[in-house]
Amino acid sequence: MKMKKMKLVMVGNGMAGVRTIEELLKIAPGMYDITVFGAEPHANYNRILLSPVLAGEMTIKDIMLNDVDWYEQNGIRLHLNKKVVRIDRRARKVTAEDGTEEDYDRLLLATGSNPFILPIPGKELQGVLTYRDIGDTNAMIEASGQYKRAVVIGGGLLGLEAANGLKQRGMDVTVVHLAEWLMERQLDRTAADMLKKSLEARGLKFLLQKQTTSINGPLIDGKAGRVESVSFSDGETIPADLVCMAVGIKPNDDLARSAGIHCTRGVVVNDTLQTYDPRIYAVGECASHRGIAYGLVAPLFEMAKVCANHLALMGIGRYQGSVTSTKLKVTGIDLFSAGNFTGGADTEDIVLQDAVGGVYKRLVIQNERVVGGVLYGDTVDGAWYFQLLRDKQNIAEIRDHLMFGQSHLGNSGHQGQNNAANMPDEMEVCGCNGVCKGTIVKAIKSQGLFTLDDVRKHTKASSSCGSCTGLVEQILASTVGGAYEPQQTATKPMCGCTDHTHEEVRKTIREQHLLSIPDVQRFMEWRTPNGCASCRPALNYYLLSTWPHEAQDDPQSRFINERAHANIQKDGTYSVVPRMFGGVTDAKQLRRIADVVEKYDIPTVKVTGGQRIDLLGVKKADLPKVWADLAMPSGHAYAKALRTVKTCVGSEWCRFGVQDSTQMGIDLEQAFWKMYAPHKVKMAVSGCPRNCAESGIKDVGVIGVESGWEIYVAGNGGIKTEVAQFLCKVKTAEEVLEYSGAFVQLYREEARYLDRTVHYVARVGLDYVKKRVLEDTEGRKALYARLQFALQGEKDPWQERAAGAGRGEFESFEVAV
Amino acid sequence: MNAVMKMSTGMNWTKICALEDIPRLGARVVHSGHGDIAVFRNAEDEVFALRDKCPHKGGPLSQGIVYGKHVACPLHGWQIGLADGQAVAPDVGCTGSFPIKVEEGQIYLQL
Repeated sequence: MKMKKMKLVMVGNGMAGVRTIEELLKIAPGMYDITVFGAEPHANYNRILLSPVLAGEMTIKDIMLNDVDWYEQNGIRLHLNKKVVRIDRRARKVTAEDGTEEDYDRLLLATGSNPFILPIPGKELQGVLTYRDIGDTNAMIEASGQYKRAVVIGGGLLGLEAANGLKQRGMDVTVVHLAEWLMERQLDRTAADMLKKSLEARGLKFLLQKQTTSINGPLIDGKAGRVESVSFSDGETIPADLVCMAVGIKPNDDLARSAGIHCTRGVVVNDTLQTYDPRIYAVGECASHRGIAYGLVAPLFEMAKVCANHLALMGIGRYQGSVTSTKLKVTGIDLFSAGNFTGGADTEDIVLQDAVGGVYKRLVIQNERVVGGVLYGDTVDGAWYFQLLRDKQNIAEIRDHLMFGQSHLGNSGHQGQNNAANMPDEMEVCGCNGVCKGTIVKAIKSQGLFTLDDVRKHTKASSSCGSCTGLVEQILASTVGGAYEPQQTATKPMCGCTDHTHEEVRKTIREQHLLSIPDVQRFMEWRTPNGCASCRPALNYYLLSTWPHEAQDDPQSRFINERAHANIQKDGTYSVVPRMFGGVTDAKQLRRIADVVEKYDIPTVKVTGGQRIDLLGVKKADLPKVWADLAMPSGHAYAKALRTVKTCVGSEWCRFGVQDSTQMGIDLEQAFWKMYAPHKVKMAVSGCPRNCAESGIKDVGVIGVESGWEIYVAGNGGIKTEVAQFLCKVKTAEEVLEYSGAFVQLYREEARYLDRTVHYVARVGLDYVKKRVLEDTEGRKALYARLQFALQGEKDPWQERAAGAGRGEFESFEVAV
Repeated sequence: MNAVMKMSTGMNWTKICALEDIPRLGARVVHSGHGDIAVFRNAEDEVFALRDKCPHKGGPLSQGIVYGKHVACPLHGWQIGLADGQAVAPDVGCTGSFPIKVEEGQIYLQL
């Protein structure tokens, strides 16, 4: 017995609509019988790349996103070149111009927008074009081969891109603009003047504050002939063989209007992208959401995601509007604008201007948050500022160097590279996976990628250590321009299995007292039957850290290292790092280690950076026996847990030492070992400010001074060296334990899985940490108590397994065949 | 599982272990004359057998996290389909699979 599938009809075959279908196919494949109507003769192409096509930098073929085969492969009925002219809402049927009819259960309107045409005499003359689709682009390319003088009406984003393209094609171009300066809706005057100057240097001419009153040309046998000139309200007339009107767009809501669906300026939709007819949805430029019809690509993708979710009857997700950014796609001109760039009475500006160098940056700040900005000449950090804007991140702590960009904060690629635009194509961007810039650009263009996650999946760039993420984002932003949508870290779902964020999941686990992974997945309506390799370890950790001694550990949801309690190596063998508290060992331990190495034929013995000994190349089956013979505690070198507490010799031996750092390190390690965390946690204790234990790059670093101990937090010596920040100074060893314990417990309770302390503190701010750990005495004691409670009775995993627990994990089977 | 049995003419089923010897959403390794074979059990108690080598860099798939009908390789996170050994797009690659069945709670491999 087969249930009859519901029918989904989509009108409009552009980026927003097709993206919605793609999202829908991803989460609910086979749920609908899908039919698509497109008025253009082409399949889905990347409209935002029409400008490079006009400029001769790309071809139509380069910008196709989904070819006809794609529709066929996904079982979608495609009607090209058929304009839908009627919706019969009662019979649930649409009719195209040529009489084609399709029934629907759900209708998706993605009719896009139409260029606005000035209501002036002569608008119907030959050679008067708009700039919207492949047809317009081809017409302009053709005209540029036959005619010389072009007039572009409109000095906005689209007009300037058209003008640049026509100029590149060899025409003599004049841009006519009504406002006082170019792109007045995206730029302030200073940036616009700089832009105008550099476009003039390329040979473009500008007429500002000019109102076009008529386009003039002959009438031949009562029919409009070729355009000859353009006249303005001040009486001036200039010659023209080609006129391109780029004065704006208006949502194409004619079809919806004619069917009696409520439209204002666009088809009115709610936060689920549903129109006033509950069976009919609208996405993209034709939709009017909270009074805004978006004309940029990035918001369309967010809409697509939400709409697909509701079409799939999942009912999660709301579209709550977008903050958009603009990037001019004119090769050689770097310009970026986002948010409220003009500011007001309650905002402050940070401005950097170098007229000779051609750089202008202006950030608008309100209540210590970036609310808008304009960048000209150096837009490298546009993506980063935009991210700060969208995440509403408090910038108080980085305010003094905000203007110098992200690279100044030490957060960009390797080899000191922080400017993707200046990198040659063959230069390596991702050192982990050996991906060079050219490969990334090619993948973005040929696969039609728009998000960092897409690029990671297809190219692997920035998917390992992540340190080149900034560079990859820059490459993405400069390749797709205005369609670039930075990762919305604040509302990013945990993984593809859910739309819930890490924070929502943690909150629900706490509030609903959920105790197992299946419980969470059921309660929060996971899309997959049992999660994936990315959410399961996170859920396991969230459960255990929220409900210690109550939630049941699920070994099958742990990464192999934590399941086998050893580190898997590239050849499938394991490494064993026994714990040496505070880096102190003795003859008995060393003798046992030596015996184990010989007995189990362990090929490599190495001293680690954390003052311990690593035995590499141990067979999995030998692990329990090795642990039994070593008779040393687990070093947790394999786990997201407390690793090592590195120490220097300290006052016991060192002639400079002022505190007993070794004992302090031993005490810390004894107190906190067996502590699992969102990621690994490393500590160090130095006995004097010479800091031989390198406390400055640890998650918790302690430095002994004459009068007590200084505690530093959130340092990192790994992928990106991050200097730890000073938290406080305390007097006694007990206080060191309490304050560091409270800090790590805060991190354990609030950080996202796989965030190191540096990421967590960067997100919440050191001030917040100080408030919780320093100012709130009761709160600090409670945090510390919760950590102690969690660690109470926690067993040494090696000892348990040496005694026979979890034997199955280390067993394998043998067959003779 | 029936689909794989079709190509089973002339070869023998070898008993490996009990279904209960493998945890749900887990795997065990079988050392055989054909090299190491990873035997998986998913949440629905279906079993699968793949060559214990990821098509990417030879990682032991038996050590990966099992979810749905996939396993994530422990070395670099490639996702491999349990039924066909195919890597999930955009990665490209395939590892061999073996006919496998469960009878009266015992797992059999055809080698």
